[in-house]
Amino acid sequence: MADCCSGGTTLLYACSGAADLGEISDMVARRLRDEGFGRMTCLAAVGAELSGFVQSAKGADVNITIDGCGTACARKNLERIGVTPNSYILTDMGLVKGETPVTAKIVSEICAKIKDPSCAPSQAASAVKGGGCGCGCSG
Amino acid sequence: MKKIQILGTGCAKCNKLQEISEQAAKELGIAYEVEKVKELNKIMDFGVMITPALVVDGEVKVAGKVPSLEEVKKMIQE
Repeated sequence: MADCCSGGTTLLYACSGAADLGEISDMVARRLRDEGFGRMTCLAAVGAELSGFVQSAKGADVNITIDGCGTACARKNLERIGVTPNSYILTDMGLVKGETPVTAKIVSEICAKIKDPSCAPSQAASAVKGGGCGCGCSG
Repeated sequence: MKKIQILGTGCAKCNKLQEISEQAAKELGIAYEVEKVKELNKIMDFGVMITPALVVDGEVKVAGKVPSLEEVKKMIQE
């Protein structure tokens, strides 16, 4: 839903890739949207350079990308239009591509870490790995 | 004829954007028409997630902020 004139707009993008982690990234973004953490919008539309999506990214206060792996397609799509997002990469957060079951528990854990302000993107690299985040969040 | 559309539900910023856009078009001396788009579903059809937004000839030029008069002039001329 379009957000009229309010500050603090956060937009969410998932890579929604074909692998298990792509599916998890999508589920995480949808869960965060449902919980009111931000507004999910379409990464494909940004890639297609549709002006409304591009300008919304440029006008948002915060853009969050959730990528399954280090290829970071979502983050790079935003960077391509001159937007630097808060980037979360699931492999950096301890998940293994091709070996991770898509479960509600894992989705919940990742959501909790993204929502935790003490687990900022720059710190997320150490998140989840070995079951401990090391940044003060619940991991 | 330039088609200028102002996307927003009618708040103060939306009205300001319309005012600036009309002033810009007048100062540029171009023929134009202005349409206010207030319905959320129509706003979403533009892919706009934050308003106000300025659309010129179908292309979204800015969303989520009110640019300056000079910036709007450039957007209209692009």
